Amino acid sequence: MDLAYHYELWRSMMSSGDLDWWQVFFVRFYQAFLENGRWQQYLRGVGTTLYVTAMALCLGVVLGVLVAVIRTAHDQQRPGRRNFLLGLADLVCRVYVTIIRGTPMMVQILIMGMVIFSSSRNFTMVGALTLGINSGAYVAEIIRGGLMSLDPGQMEAGRSLGLNYIQTMRFIVIPQAFKAILPSLGNEFIVLLKDTSMISVIGGQELIKAARDVINRTYDAMFPLIGSAVIYLILVLIFTWLQGRLERRLRQSDRR
Amino acid sequence: MIDVKDLTKSFGKHLVLNGISEHIHPGEKVVVIGPSGSGKSTFLRCLNLLEEPTSGTITFQGQEITDPKADINAIRRQMGMVFQHFNLFPNMTIRKNITLAPVQTKLMSQAEADEAASALLRRVGLEEKADAYPAQLSGGQKQRIAIVRALAMKPKLMLFDEPTSALDPEMVGEVLEVMKELAQEGMTMVVVTHEMGFAREVGTRVLFMDAGKILEQDEPQAFFAHPKEQRTIEFLSKVL
Repeated sequence: MDLAYHYELWRSMMSSGDLDWWQVFFVRFYQAFLENGRWQQYLRGVGTTLYVTAMALCLGVVLGVLVAVIRTAHDQQRPGRRNFLLGLADLVCRVYVTIIRGTPMMVQILIMGMVIFSSSRNFTMVGALTLGINSGAYVAEIIRGGLMSLDPGQMEAGRSLGLNYIQTMRFIVIPQAFKAILPSLGNEFIVLLKDTSMISVIGGQELIKAARDVINRTYDAMFPLIGSAVIYLILVLIFTWLQGRLERRLRQSDRR
Repeated sequence: MIDVKDLTKSFGKHLVLNGISEHIHPGEKVVVIGPSGSGKSTFLRCLNLLEEPTSGTITFQGQEITDPKADINAIRRQMGMVFQHFNLFPNMTIRKNITLAPVQTKLMSQAEADEAASALLRRVGLEEKADAYPAQLSGGQKQRIAIVRALAMKPKLMLFDEPTSALDPEMVGEVLEVMKELAQEGMTMVVVTHEMGFAREVGTRVLFMDAGKILEQDEPQAFFAHPKEQRTIEFLSKVL
Protein backbone atom coordinates (compact mmCIF):
# COMPACT_ATOMS: atom_id res chain seq x y z
CA MET A 1 0.00 0.00 0.00
CA ASP A 2 1.18 3.48 -0.85
CA LEU A 3 0.75 4.93 2.66
CA ALA A 4 2.56 2.04 4.26
CA TYR A 5 5.39 2.40 1.77
CA HIS A 6 5.90 6.08 2.54
CA TYR A 7 5.65 5.42 6.23
CA GLU A 8 8.44 2.84 6.12
CA LEU A 9 10.55 5.04 3.88
CA TRP A 10 10.20 8.24 5.89
CA ARG A 11 10.50 6.55 9.24
CA SER A 12 13.91 5.26 8.30
CA MET A 13 14.87 8.83 7.40
CA MET A 14 13.53 10.33 10.67
CA SER A 15 16.85 10.47 12.51
CA SER A 16 18.68 12.02 9.56
CA GLY A 17 16.68 15.26 9.90
CA ASP A 18 16.07 15.56 6.16
CA LEU A 19 12.26 15.36 6.37
CA ASP A 20 9.81 18.24 6.04
CA TRP A 21 7.52 18.91 9.02
CA TRP A 22 4.51 17.40 7.25
CA GLN A 23 6.43 14.23 6.56
CA VAL A 24 7.29 13.93 10.26
CA PHE A 25 3.65 14.62 11.08
CA PHE A 26 2.56 11.87 8.73
CA VAL A 27 4.98 9.34 10.20
CA ARG A 28 3.88 10.04 13.76
CA PHE A 29 0.21 10.05 12.80
CA TYR A 30 0.53 6.79 10.92
CA GLN A 31 2.41 5.25 13.77
CA ALA A 32 -0.18 6.32 16.34
CA PHE A 33 -3.33 5.40 14.47
CA LEU A 34 -2.75 3.24 11.40
CA GLU A 35 0.22 0.96 11.92
CA ASN A 36 -0.82 -2.63 12.71
CA GLY A 37 -4.47 -1.56 12.55
CA ARG A 38 -4.18 0.43 15.78
CA TRP A 39 -7.31 2.41 14.99
CA GLN A 40 -9.23 -0.73 15.90
CA GLN A 41 -7.80 -0.51 19.41
CA TYR A 42 -9.11 3.01 19.75
CA LEU A 43 -12.44 1.97 18.30
CA ARG A 44 -12.77 -0.86 20.81
CA GLY A 45 -11.79 1.63 23.51
CA VAL A 46 -14.52 4.04 22.41
CA GLY A 47 -16.97 1.15 22.41
CA THR A 48 -16.05 0.28 25.99
CA THR A 49 -16.17 3.92 27.02
CA LEU A 50 -19.70 4.26 25.65
CA TYR A 51 -20.74 0.93 27.13
CA VAL A 52 -19.40 1.85 30.57
CA THR A 53 -21.05 5.26 30.34
CA ALA A 54 -24.39 3.67 29.44
CA MET A 55 -24.17 1.12 32.26
CA ALA A 56 -23.11 3.73 34.81
CA LEU A 57 -25.79 6.08 33.55
CA CYS A 58 -28.57 3.53 34.03
CA LEU A 59 -27.33 2.55 37.47
CA GLY A 60 -26.79 6.19 38.42
CA VAL A 61 -30.26 7.27 37.35
CA VAL A 62 -31.96 4.35 39.10
CA LEU A 63 -30.00 4.94 42.31
CA GLY A 64 -30.42 8.70 42.01
CA VAL A 65 -34.19 8.60 41.55
CA LEU A 66 -34.54 6.12 44.39
CA VAL A 67 -32.44 8.16 46.81
CA ALA A 68 -34.05 11.46 45.78
CA VAL A 69 -37.59 10.13 46.18
CA ILE A 70 -36.83 8.55 49.55
CA ARG A 71 -35.21 11.69 50.87
CA THR A 72 -37.91 14.01 49.53
CA ALA A 73 -40.73 11.78 50.77
CA HIS A 74 -39.06 11.68 54.16
CA ASP A 75 -38.76 15.46 54.32
CA GLN A 76 -42.34 16.00 53.17
CA GLN A 77 -44.02 13.73 55.71
CA ARG A 78 -46.81 15.30 57.66
CA PRO A 79 -45.57 16.23 61.13
CA GLY A 80 -46.55 13.70 63.76
CA ARG A 81 -46.81 10.95 61.18
CA ARG A 82 -43.21 9.89 60.85
CA ASN A 83 -42.65 6.49 59.36
CA PHE A 84 -39.83 4.56 61.02
CA LEU A 85 -38.84 2.56 57.92
CA LEU A 86 -38.71 5.71 55.83
CA GLY A 87 -36.52 7.31 58.48
CA LEU A 88 -34.12 4.37 58.31
CA ALA A 89 -34.05 4.45 54.49
CA ASP A 90 -33.41 8.19 54.64
CA LEU A 91 -30.46 7.65 56.98
CA VAL A 92 -28.94 5.04 54.64
CA CYS A 93 -29.36 7.41 51.70
CA ARG A 94 -27.73 10.27 53.57
CA VAL A 95 -24.72 8.16 54.54
CA TYR A 96 -24.38 6.98 50.93
CA VAL A 97 -24.46 10.48 49.50
CA THR A 98 -22.06 11.79 52.14
CA ILE A 99 -19.45 9.07 51.59
CA ILE A 100 -19.59 9.20 47.80
CA ARG A 101 -19.47 12.97 47.60
CA GLY A 102 -16.85 13.21 50.30
CA THR A 103 -14.20 11.00 48.72
CA PRO A 104 -12.37 11.37 45.41
CA MET A 105 -13.60 9.34 42.48
CA MET A 106 -10.10 8.01 41.86
CA VAL A 107 -9.94 6.65 45.40
CA GLN A 108 -13.33 5.01 45.01
CA ILE A 109 -12.22 3.32 41.80
CA LEU A 110 -9.00 2.08 43.39
CA ILE A 111 -10.81 0.75 46.47
CA MET A 112 -13.42 -1.01 44.35
CA GLY A 113 -10.86 -2.49 41.99
CA MET A 114 -8.06 -3.37 44.38
CA VAL A 115 -9.85 -4.03 47.68
CA ILE A 116 -13.49 -4.95 47.29
CA PHE A 117 -13.31 -6.71 43.93
CA SER A 118 -9.59 -7.48 44.01
CA SER A 119 -10.17 -11.04 42.79
CA SER A 120 -12.34 -10.00 39.84
CA ARG A 121 -10.81 -9.96 36.39
CA ASN A 122 -13.68 -8.09 34.83
CA PHE A 123 -12.16 -4.62 35.30
CA THR A 124 -14.56 -2.93 32.97
CA MET A 125 -17.64 -4.05 34.88
CA VAL A 126 -16.09 -3.12 38.23
CA GLY A 127 -15.37 0.29 36.74
CA ALA A 128 -18.91 0.69 35.43
CA LEU A 129 -20.31 -0.30 38.82
CA THR A 130 -18.11 2.23 40.62
CA LEU A 131 -19.01 5.02 38.23
CA GLY A 132 -22.72 4.17 38.54
CA ILE A 133 -22.61 4.25 42.32
CA ASN A 134 -20.68 7.50 42.20
CA SER A 135 -22.99 9.11 39.68
CA GLY A 136 -26.06 8.02 41.66
CA ALA A 137 -25.11 10.26 44.58
CA TYR A 138 -24.75 13.33 42.36
CA VAL A 139 -27.87 12.56 40.34
CA ALA A 140 -29.81 12.12 43.59
CA GLU A 141 -28.84 15.59 44.76
CA ILE A 142 -29.67 17.09 41.36
CA ILE A 143 -33.10 15.45 41.33
CA ARG A 144 -33.77 16.35 44.94
CA GLY A 145 -32.89 19.94 44.15
CA GLY A 146 -35.36 19.87 41.28
CA LEU A 147 -38.14 18.38 43.37
CA MET A 148 -37.56 20.86 46.18
CA SER A 149 -37.29 23.90 43.94
CA LEU A 150 -40.71 23.41 42.40
CA ASP A 151 -43.38 25.77 43.73
CA PRO A 152 -45.00 23.98 46.72
CA GLY A 153 -48.31 25.26 45.33
CA GLN A 154 -48.09 22.57 42.66
CA MET A 155 -48.02 19.81 45.25
CA GLU A 156 -50.80 21.55 47.21
CA ALA A 157 -52.95 21.91 44.12
CA GLY A 158 -52.56 18.23 43.32
CA ARG A 159 -53.29 17.14 46.85
CA SER A 160 -56.25 19.52 47.20
CA LEU A 161 -57.84 17.78 44.21
CA GLY A 162 -57.71 14.50 46.09
CA LEU A 163 -54.73 12.96 44.31
CA ASN A 164 -52.46 11.05 46.67
CA TYR A 165 -48.79 11.79 47.23
CA ILE A 166 -47.51 9.32 44.65
CA GLN A 167 -49.99 10.41 41.96
CA THR A 168 -49.14 14.06 42.53
CA MET A 169 -45.43 13.28 42.33
CA ARG A 170 -45.84 11.20 39.19
CA PHE A 171 -48.12 13.44 37.13
CA ILE A 172 -47.36 16.93 38.42
CA VAL A 173 -44.10 17.30 40.32
CA ILE A 174 -41.68 14.92 38.60
CA PRO A 175 -42.43 15.94 34.98
CA GLN A 176 -41.88 19.59 35.86
CA ALA A 177 -38.82 18.88 37.97
CA PHE A 178 -37.34 16.79 35.16
CA LYS A 179 -37.57 19.70 32.76
CA ALA A 180 -35.94 22.00 35.28
CA ILE A 181 -33.00 19.72 36.05
CA LEU A 182 -32.28 18.58 32.49
CA PRO A 183 -29.34 21.00 32.02
CA SER A 184 -27.64 19.89 35.25
CA LEU A 185 -28.42 16.28 34.51
CA GLY A 186 -26.86 16.64 31.05
CA ASN A 187 -23.83 18.18 32.67
CA GLU A 188 -23.57 15.23 35.06
CA PHE A 189 -23.74 12.79 32.14
CA ILE A 190 -20.95 14.63 30.32
CA VAL A 191 -18.81 14.47 33.46
CA LEU A 192 -19.59 10.76 33.67
CA LEU A 193 -18.58 10.15 30.07
CA LYS A 194 -15.24 11.81 30.65
CA ASP A 195 -14.69 10.18 34.04
CA THR A 196 -14.79 6.75 32.43
CA SER A 197 -11.18 7.50 31.53
CA MET A 198 -10.29 6.93 35.18
CA ILE A 199 -11.19 3.25 35.15
CA SER A 200 -8.02 2.64 33.16
CA VAL A 201 -6.15 2.78 36.49
CA ILE A 202 -7.69 -0.55 37.47
CA GLY A 203 -7.30 -1.96 33.99
CA GLY A 204 -10.62 -1.08 32.36
CA GLN A 205 -10.16 -1.46 28.61
CA GLU A 206 -11.47 1.92 27.54
CA LEU A 207 -10.20 4.65 25.26
CA ILE A 208 -7.37 5.99 27.42
CA LYS A 209 -6.14 2.45 28.08
CA ALA A 210 -5.95 1.93 24.32
CA ALA A 211 -4.03 5.20 23.92
CA ARG A 212 -1.61 4.24 26.66
CA ASP A 213 -1.03 0.80 25.12
CA VAL A 214 -0.09 2.52 21.88
CA ILE A 215 2.22 4.93 23.70
CA ASN A 216 3.98 1.99 25.34
CA ARG A 217 4.63 0.56 21.89
CA THR A 218 5.67 3.69 20.02
CA TYR A 219 7.14 5.95 22.75
CA ASP A 220 5.22 8.86 21.23
CA ALA A 221 2.57 10.28 23.56
CA MET A 222 1.35 13.31 21.67
CA PHE A 223 -0.73 11.79 18.89
CA PRO A 224 -2.55 9.10 20.89
CA LEU A 225 -3.40 11.54 23.69
CA ILE A 226 -4.52 14.42 21.48
CA GLY A 227 -6.40 11.94 19.31
CA SER A 228 -8.23 10.63 22.40
CA ALA A 229 -9.01 14.15 23.52
CA VAL A 230 -10.55 14.89 20.12
CA ILE A 231 -12.64 11.72 20.31
CA TYR A 232 -13.95 12.66 23.78
CA LEU A 233 -14.74 16.13 22.52
CA ILE A 234 -16.70 14.75 19.58
CA LEU A 235 -18.67 12.40 21.84
CA VAL A 236 -19.51 15.26 24.20
CA LEU A 237 -20.57 17.50 21.31
CA ILE A 238 -22.91 14.81 20.00
CA PHE A 239 -24.38 14.39 23.45
CA THR A 240 -24.82 18.14 23.94
CA TRP A 241 -26.65 18.35 20.63
CA LEU A 242 -29.02 15.54 21.60
CA GLN A 243 -29.68 17.19 24.94
CA GLY A 244 -30.47 20.50 23.25
CA ARG A 245 -33.04 18.79 21.06
CA LEU A 246 -34.72 17.17 24.08
CA GLU A 247 -34.83 20.49 25.92
CA ARG A 248 -36.46 22.23 22.99
CA ARG A 249 -39.07 19.53 22.84
CA LEU A 250 -39.88 19.81 26.55
CA ARG A 251 -40.20 23.57 26.25
CA GLN A 252 -43.42 23.13 24.27
CA SER A 253 -45.64 24.23 27.16
CA ASP A 254 -43.68 27.46 27.65
CA ARG A 255 -44.85 29.04 24.43
CA ARG A 256 -47.17 31.96 24.79
CA MET B 1 -71.49 20.55 57.12
CA ILE B 2 -68.12 21.39 58.57
CA ASP B 3 -67.55 21.76 62.25
CA VAL B 4 -64.42 23.24 63.78
CA LYS B 5 -63.66 22.87 67.48
CA ASP B 6 -60.91 24.65 69.41
CA LEU B 7 -58.63 24.76 66.40
CA THR B 8 -55.10 25.98 67.06
CA LYS B 9 -52.13 26.07 64.76
CA SER B 10 -48.64 27.21 65.53
CA PHE B 11 -45.58 27.40 63.35
CA GLY B 12 -42.78 26.81 65.82
CA LYS B 13 -43.41 29.22 68.67
CA HIS B 14 -45.62 31.47 66.58
CA LEU B 15 -49.28 30.89 67.37
CA VAL B 16 -51.26 31.59 64.19
CA LEU B 17 -54.66 30.20 65.12
CA ASN B 18 -55.68 30.60 68.71
CA GLY B 19 -58.71 28.46 69.48
CA ILE B 20 -61.23 28.73 66.67
CA SER B 21 -64.64 27.08 66.92
CA GLU B 22 -66.99 27.54 64.03
CA HIS B 23 -69.77 25.72 62.22
CA ILE B 24 -70.45 26.07 58.52
CA HIS B 25 -73.86 24.94 57.30
CA PRO B 26 -74.66 23.56 53.85
CA GLY B 27 -75.35 26.32 51.34
CA GLU B 28 -73.65 29.02 53.38
CA LYS B 29 -71.28 31.47 51.75
CA VAL B 30 -68.90 32.40 54.52
CA VAL B 31 -66.56 35.28 53.80
CA VAL B 32 -63.46 35.57 55.97
CA ILE B 33 -61.83 38.98 56.19
CA GLY B 34 -59.14 40.49 58.35
CA PRO B 35 -55.72 42.10 58.29
CA SER B 36 -52.79 40.19 56.84
CA GLY B 37 -51.18 37.85 59.33
CA SER B 38 -54.48 37.37 61.14
CA GLY B 39 -54.54 33.66 60.26
CA LYS B 40 -57.40 33.63 57.76
CA SER B 41 -55.51 31.74 55.06
CA THR B 42 -54.15 29.30 57.62
CA PHE B 43 -57.68 28.73 58.89
CA LEU B 44 -58.87 27.97 55.37
CA ARG B 45 -55.93 25.68 54.67
CA CYS B 46 -56.61 23.76 57.87
CA LEU B 47 -60.09 22.96 56.60
CA ASN B 48 -58.69 20.58 53.97
CA LEU B 49 -55.60 19.75 55.99
CA LEU B 50 -53.10 21.47 53.73
CA GLU B 51 -51.96 22.69 57.13
CA GLU B 52 -51.99 20.18 59.94
CA PRO B 53 -53.75 21.68 62.97
CA THR B 54 -51.69 21.70 66.15
CA SER B 55 -54.74 20.87 68.23
CA GLY B 56 -58.51 20.82 67.95
CA THR B 57 -60.82 18.84 65.68
CA ILE B 58 -62.43 19.41 62.31
CA THR B 59 -65.44 17.33 61.32
CA PHE B 60 -66.68 17.26 57.74
CA GLN B 61 -70.07 15.65 57.13
CA GLY B 62 -69.87 13.68 60.33
CA GLN B 63 -66.34 12.44 59.68
CA GLU B 64 -63.50 13.67 61.81
CA ILE B 65 -60.81 14.65 59.31
CA THR B 66 -58.21 15.48 61.95
CA ASP B 67 -58.29 11.81 62.99
CA PRO B 68 -54.95 10.30 61.85
CA LYS B 69 -56.84 7.32 60.40
CA ALA B 70 -59.13 9.40 58.20
CA ASP B 71 -58.65 8.98 54.44
CA ILE B 72 -57.60 12.52 53.69
CA ASN B 73 -57.53 12.01 49.92
CA ALA B 74 -61.15 10.86 49.87
CA ILE B 75 -62.16 13.88 51.97
CA ARG B 76 -60.25 16.34 49.82
CA ARG B 77 -62.06 15.04 46.72
CA GLN B 78 -65.22 16.52 48.18
CA MET B 79 -63.67 19.92 48.86
CA GLY B 80 -62.52 22.10 46.01
CA MET B 81 -59.79 24.64 46.64
CA VAL B 82 -58.85 27.73 44.67
CA PHE B 83 -55.50 29.36 45.36
CA GLN B 84 -54.29 32.93 45.22
CA HIS B 85 -51.66 32.03 42.65
CA PHE B 86 -53.92 29.70 40.63
CA ASN B 87 -51.43 26.80 40.79
CA LEU B 88 -52.42 25.46 37.41
CA PHE B 89 -50.13 22.71 36.15
CA PRO B 90 -47.97 24.50 33.57
CA ASN B 91 -46.85 21.32 31.84
CA MET B 92 -50.38 20.28 30.86
CA THR B 93 -53.02 21.67 28.55
CA ILE B 94 -56.09 23.23 30.12
CA ARG B 95 -58.12 20.13 29.30
CA LYS B 96 -55.55 17.91 31.01
CA ASN B 97 -55.45 20.25 34.01
CA ILE B 98 -59.18 19.76 34.46
CA THR B 99 -59.45 16.06 33.69
CA LEU B 100 -56.35 14.76 35.50
CA ALA B 101 -57.84 14.45 38.97
CA PRO B 102 -61.29 13.06 38.03
CA VAL B 103 -59.66 10.41 35.85
CA GLN B 104 -56.85 9.46 38.23
CA THR B 105 -59.17 9.19 41.21
CA LYS B 106 -61.47 7.01 39.07
CA LEU B 107 -64.36 9.41 39.49
CA MET B 108 -64.83 9.48 35.70
CA SER B 109 -63.49 7.83 32.59
CA GLN B 110 -61.33 9.99 30.32
CA ALA B 111 -64.25 10.42 27.90
CA GLU B 112 -66.65 11.48 30.65
CA ALA B 113 -64.07 13.84 32.09
CA ASP B 114 -63.41 15.40 28.68
CA GLU B 115 -67.10 15.99 28.26
CA ALA B 116 -67.42 17.45 31.74
CA ALA B 117 -64.42 19.69 31.07
CA SER B 118 -65.95 21.00 27.85
CA ALA B 119 -69.24 21.73 29.60
CA LEU B 120 -67.49 23.55 32.45
CA LEU B 121 -65.27 25.52 30.09
CA ARG B 122 -68.33 26.58 28.10
CA ARG B 123 -69.86 27.82 31.31
CA VAL B 124 -66.95 30.16 32.03
CA GLY B 125 -66.60 31.12 28.37
CA LEU B 126 -63.18 29.57 27.83
CA GLU B 127 -64.14 26.68 25.57
CA GLU B 128 -61.63 27.61 22.88
CA LYS B 129 -58.75 27.47 25.38
CA ALA B 130 -59.05 23.73 26.04
CA ASP B 131 -55.85 22.89 24.19
CA ALA B 132 -53.87 25.92 25.29
CA TYR B 133 -51.24 25.82 28.03
CA PRO B 134 -51.59 27.91 31.21
CA ALA B 135 -48.71 30.21 30.17
CA GLN B 136 -50.85 31.38 27.24
CA LEU B 137 -53.70 32.65 29.44
CA SER B 138 -54.27 35.89 31.33
CA GLY B 139 -54.49 35.87 35.12
CA GLY B 140 -58.27 36.11 35.11
CA GLN B 141 -58.54 33.26 32.65
CA LYS B 142 -56.17 31.15 34.74
CA GLN B 143 -58.20 31.68 37.87
CA ARG B 144 -61.44 30.81 36.07
CA ILE B 145 -59.76 27.60 34.88
CA ALA B 146 -58.59 26.89 38.43
CA ILE B 147 -62.19 27.19 39.64
CA VAL B 148 -63.36 24.89 36.87
CA ARG B 149 -60.60 22.40 37.72
CA ALA B 150 -61.83 22.23 41.30
CA LEU B 151 -65.46 21.95 40.17
CA ALA B 152 -64.65 18.99 37.91
CA MET B 153 -64.32 16.87 41.05
CA LYS B 154 -67.97 17.70 41.86
CA PRO B 155 -67.09 19.00 45.34
CA LYS B 156 -69.66 19.66 48.05
CA LEU B 157 -67.71 22.60 49.42
CA MET B 158 -65.45 25.17 47.78
CA LEU B 159 -62.59 26.94 49.55
CA PHE B 160 -61.23 30.15 48.04
CA ASP B 161 -57.91 31.51 49.29
CA GLU B 162 -57.75 35.15 48.17
CA PRO B 163 -58.74 34.22 44.61
CA THR B 164 -58.49 37.74 43.23
CA SER B 165 -55.49 39.09 45.14
CA ALA B 166 -52.93 38.22 42.47
CA LEU B 167 -55.00 39.59 39.57
CA ASP B 168 -54.77 42.81 37.61
CA PRO B 169 -57.65 45.04 38.73
CA GLU B 170 -59.47 44.75 35.42
CA MET B 171 -59.55 40.95 35.70
CA VAL B 172 -61.04 40.77 39.17
CA GLY B 173 -64.59 41.18 37.85
CA GLU B 174 -64.61 38.15 35.58
CA VAL B 175 -63.48 35.87 38.41
CA LEU B 176 -65.96 37.28 40.93
CA GLU B 177 -68.69 36.82 38.32
CA VAL B 178 -67.95 33.08 38.13
CA MET B 179 -67.95 32.87 41.92
CA LYS B 180 -71.27 34.68 42.13
CA GLU B 181 -72.85 32.25 39.68
CA LEU B 182 -71.50 29.38 41.73
CA ALA B 183 -73.00 30.91 44.87
CA GLN B 184 -76.37 31.29 43.19
CA GLU B 185 -76.34 27.61 42.30
CA GLY B 186 -76.22 26.87 46.00
CA MET B 187 -72.59 25.81 46.44
CA THR B 188 -71.29 25.98 50.00
CA MET B 189 -68.36 28.37 49.94
CA VAL B 190 -65.70 29.63 52.31
CA VAL B 191 -63.94 32.64 50.84
CA VAL B 192 -60.92 34.47 52.20
CA THR B 193 -60.87 37.79 50.40
CA HIS B 194 -60.24 41.50 50.49
CA GLU B 195 -63.17 42.19 48.14
CA MET B 196 -65.62 43.87 50.50
CA GLY B 197 -68.13 44.35 47.69
CA PHE B 198 -68.19 40.62 47.10
CA ALA B 199 -68.53 39.95 50.84
CA ARG B 200 -71.52 42.28 51.02
CA GLU B 201 -73.23 41.05 47.90
CA VAL B 202 -72.63 37.30 47.95
CA GLY B 203 -71.76 36.41 51.52
CA THR B 204 -74.37 35.06 53.90
CA ARG B 205 -72.02 35.55 56.83
CA VAL B 206 -68.86 37.54 57.37
CA LEU B 207 -66.15 36.45 59.80
CA PHE B 208 -63.63 39.02 60.93
CA MET B 209 -60.36 37.51 62.09
CA ASP B 210 -57.56 39.16 64.00
CA ALA B 211 -54.55 37.67 65.80
CA GLY B 212 -55.65 34.08 65.25
CA LYS B 213 -59.19 34.52 66.55
CA ILE B 214 -62.59 35.17 65.08
CA LEU B 215 -63.24 38.52 66.63
CA GLU B 216 -66.65 39.25 65.25
CA GLN B 217 -69.19 37.80 62.85
CA ASP B 218 -72.55 38.75 61.45
CA GLU B 219 -74.66 38.93 58.33
CA PRO B 220 -72.98 41.17 55.77
CA GLN B 221 -75.49 44.04 55.99
CA ALA B 222 -75.36 44.25 59.76
CA PHE B 223 -71.62 43.60 59.85
CA PHE B 224 -70.68 46.43 57.55
CA ALA B 225 -73.31 48.84 58.89
CA HIS B 226 -72.74 48.27 62.61
CA PRO B 227 -69.39 46.71 63.43
CA LYS B 228 -69.11 46.27 67.19
CA GLU B 229 -65.47 45.70 67.99
CA GLN B 230 -63.01 48.57 67.96
CA ARG B 231 -60.53 46.51 65.90
CA THR B 232 -63.19 45.77 63.28
CA ILE B 233 -64.15 49.43 62.99
CA GLU B 234 -60.48 50.35 62.59
CA PHE B 235 -59.97 47.69 59.86
CA LEU B 236 -63.13 48.61 57.95
CA SER B 237 -62.31 52.30 58.04
CA LYS B 238 -59.05 51.50 56.26
CA VAL B 239 -60.37 49.19 53.56
CA LEU B 240 -63.73 50.71 52.71
